[in-house]
Amino acid sequence: MSVRRLDTTALIYLALLGVVAVGGIAVAADGGNLFSPANLGDMFTRTSLTGFLAIGMTLVILCRSLDLSVGYTAALSSLVAATTMDGQVANIPLGIAAVLLVSGLVGAANGAIVAYLGVNPFITTLGVGLIIKGYLDTQYRGPAGDVPRDFQRFGYDGIAHIPVSTLVMLAVAAAGIWFLRSTRTGHHMYAVGGNIDVARMSGIRTDRTLMTAHILCGMCAGLAGLLLASRFGTGSAEVYTNLYELDAIAAVVLGGTLLLGGRGGVAGTVAGVAILAVLDTVFNVLQVDPFAKDVLRGAIIIAAVAIYARRQIDRSARRPRFTAADAAPTPGRPA
Amino acid sequence: MTESTVLTMRGIDKSFLGVRVLRSVDLDVRPGEVHALVGENGAGKSTLMKILAGVHTADAGTITLGGRAVSFTHPLQAQHAGVATVFQEFNLLPDLSVAENIFLGREPRRRGMIDRRAMTKRTADLLSDLGVDDLAPGAKVGSLSVAHQQIAEIAKAMSQGADLVCMDEPTAALADAEVELLYRLVERLRERGVAVLYVSHRLREIFDLCDRITVLKDGELVDSVAAADITPDDLVTLMVGRRIEAAFPEPLPDTDHGDVRLEISGGGNAWLDGIDLTVRAGEIVGLAGLQGSGRTEIAEAVFGIAPFTRGTVAVDGRPVKLTGPRKAIAAGIAMVTEDRKAHGLALRQSVRANARMVLDANRRAHSRARVERIPSILSSLDLVARGPDQEVRYLSGGNQQKVVVAKWLATEPGVIVLDEPTRGIDVGAKHRLYTAIRALAAEGLAVLLIASELIEVIGLADRIAVLHDGRIAGELPAGATEKQVMAYATGRSPR
Repeated sequence: MSVRRLDTTALIYLALLGVVAVGGIAVAADGGNLFSPANLGDMFTRTSLTGFLAIGMTLVILCRSLDLSVGYTAALSSLVAATTMDGQVANIPLGIAAVLLVSGLVGAANGAIVAYLGVNPFITTLGVGLIIKGYLDTQYRGPAGDVPRDFQRFGYDGIAHIPVSTLVMLAVAAAGIWFLRSTRTGHHMYAVGGNIDVARMSGIRTDRTLMTAHILCGMCAGLAGLLLASRFGTGSAEVYTNLYELDAIAAVVLGGTLLLGGRGGVAGTVAGVAILAVLDTVFNVLQVDPFAKDVLRGAIIIAAVAIYARRQIDRSARRPRFTAADAAPTPGRPA
Repeated sequence: MTESTVLTMRGIDKSFLGVRVLRSVDLDVRPGEVHALVGENGAGKSTLMKILAGVHTADAGTITLGGRAVSFTHPLQAQHAGVATVFQEFNLLPDLSVAENIFLGREPRRRGMIDRRAMTKRTADLLSDLGVDDLAPGAKVGSLSVAHQQIAEIAKAMSQGADLVCMDEPTAALADAEVELLYRLVERLRERGVAVLYVSHRLREIFDLCDRITVLKDGELVDSVAAADITPDDLVTLMVGRRIEAAFPEPLPDTDHGDVRLEISGGGNAWLDGIDLTVRAGEIVGLAGLQGSGRTEIAEAVFGIAPFTRGTVAVDGRPVKLTGPRKAIAAGIAMVTEDRKAHGLALRQSVRANARMVLDANRRAHSRARVERIPSILSSLDLVARGPDQEVRYLSGGNQQKVVVAKWLATEPGVIVLDEPTRGIDVGAKHRLYTAIRALAAEGLAVLLIASELIEVIGLADRIAVLHDGRIAGELPAGATEKQVMAYATGRSPR
């Protein structure tokens, strides 16, 4: 009963703690240490890429939309970054600007098709993703461009074992939390996802809200692309084969954001990303074979969402009046 | 113009898909007046209101608000012009708080950011100004009772500084006791000089609250009169175009009731306890009680949606385990749900497909003879539709309800549960439905009737079980008074 009073975000952070504890014990039982600098570094590094994508994905999912094109956008962005920078330190700001522009435009295209043409977001972003894939496949038959060493530090440097990329991701997450809570546009995303008709009738420009969510989601994918470029030292079209978009969606849903929109937030998403990262590191340290790893990951995601679904059913249901078999009315509880 | 008006509508025309819904309608609303808009379903009241709210745009005609000609193409424009509308379907987000809902789209800001403290403060002020002291600004709307959600909705309308508040059947979802709250709010609005345009099917409310009444019929203006100058009988005559003789059909004599068809003993679950209830063939048993007292829960238990976990149920003397709707259907139970759009109909499917739905889904209920009987059931209910292929979403509320009833009658049930069967249905159609319900009972069905309008339960039921806090507080025979029912419903014992 007391658990139900906890809000969803607190519950997810508890789950993260649980995963860390169980993982730590499992690794320790295997004779290792999950909290060694190397393993911690691995964990943090894993959070940043999915983190960028998942933060943007949170915004569109809150609006009851979806973006399946983020993996392709990230791949495209890595190429834009590497070819624009072209090994020149002086070109770094230009490269970043170009990436944010291109990825923002992809998001804007997604948003415009969803908001103004009324095309289902699943189909829209799948289609836009395929268009980008086709372009990448025909234009880039291998790595292209060159990322200056200074920019590669974004992917590899760390401050006290925490990679710079993770810190940047957390900063973006903090900005996302602030955006959703304190700006009208962010706040309106809950309304658009909760009930678009109500939002419209309340005077919210739902199309602009959706556009904003998609543009920001695209730009987050752009940040992921910058990270990829800095890690590989070059732009690579191949990275879309990793299906990052599915990881991002999994993290968002693990983080307690309703896939149907209107409820959730970036704080939960960060925990979702962290849970996935911890699991992957644990599997890695324990040398779980890749097949079993995917099976476990899938099972954990489904189990988590099933638990949320139960909670949500409980939450929306009428409060029970009679509890035990003897059915004495519970005194003192407001009906 | 001799008198000042907040709103003047002249010659409003509107058609949908070539069907004329409004034909040259005029309407005048004066400041501080509560103005009723009445008419049968399909008379055009809702369309007129939606034109005023900016949801639809009139094909022809002029709207003058506070002396200025206006034309709305978006709800926002109507809001800015001082028209606030409280729709029948709630316009609230359950996951947001009362304050967030009230200020949705107009959040107070400080240095460009949402000022939540100001939002809470202004909500609290607004609520206390409206005389509401039991609603917290921070409460999630989804956790509120229907009545409180309604209050939040009205507070939202008020916060927009409206000169004219339009309410589309605000009491449709309220139990009688909660209606009082709404009355108080409307009085407050009147005191402040805000005009209220009030659409309702409940005549008593109209005469209790309204100063003037405008009657529409078939999209045309019939008359606009002062409430003091007309009797309820005459108003009904204006609405339906003919006088309805008696409000409720004559019941069968008590002795004509047959065997017990539905028997619940000691039924209970998380929301109900100790439910003992029998319904005989030919009998209409009414379930009365306040919102949340357990009326709907009994219906859901009988139909297996939220089954009884204690006690026994027998249909026609045979014990049955009602663990799901399929079991209930197999036992010969039919259920007309409260929310026909969400639970009763596949709105984008045809009349024919909807009427066959239960038969097609339940092999044991299916037979060629039953399918072939559907057209005659539909015509016996006086369904008005273009044909069996028309999608039900294009039918009026009353006609949609007839399709729901028909799909259940097709299964030749022994017990029929009617949860708020007349919700959102106009007076004329209500009367036809009353007659139909009585006729069902006369054919030997056991009818379990739930209605939040007491007068309906009292007028129609042969026996009334009054619920309070999940238990049957008392049973009353036909002809009980509202006072007796309310005594049980509010937990007092009647004198």
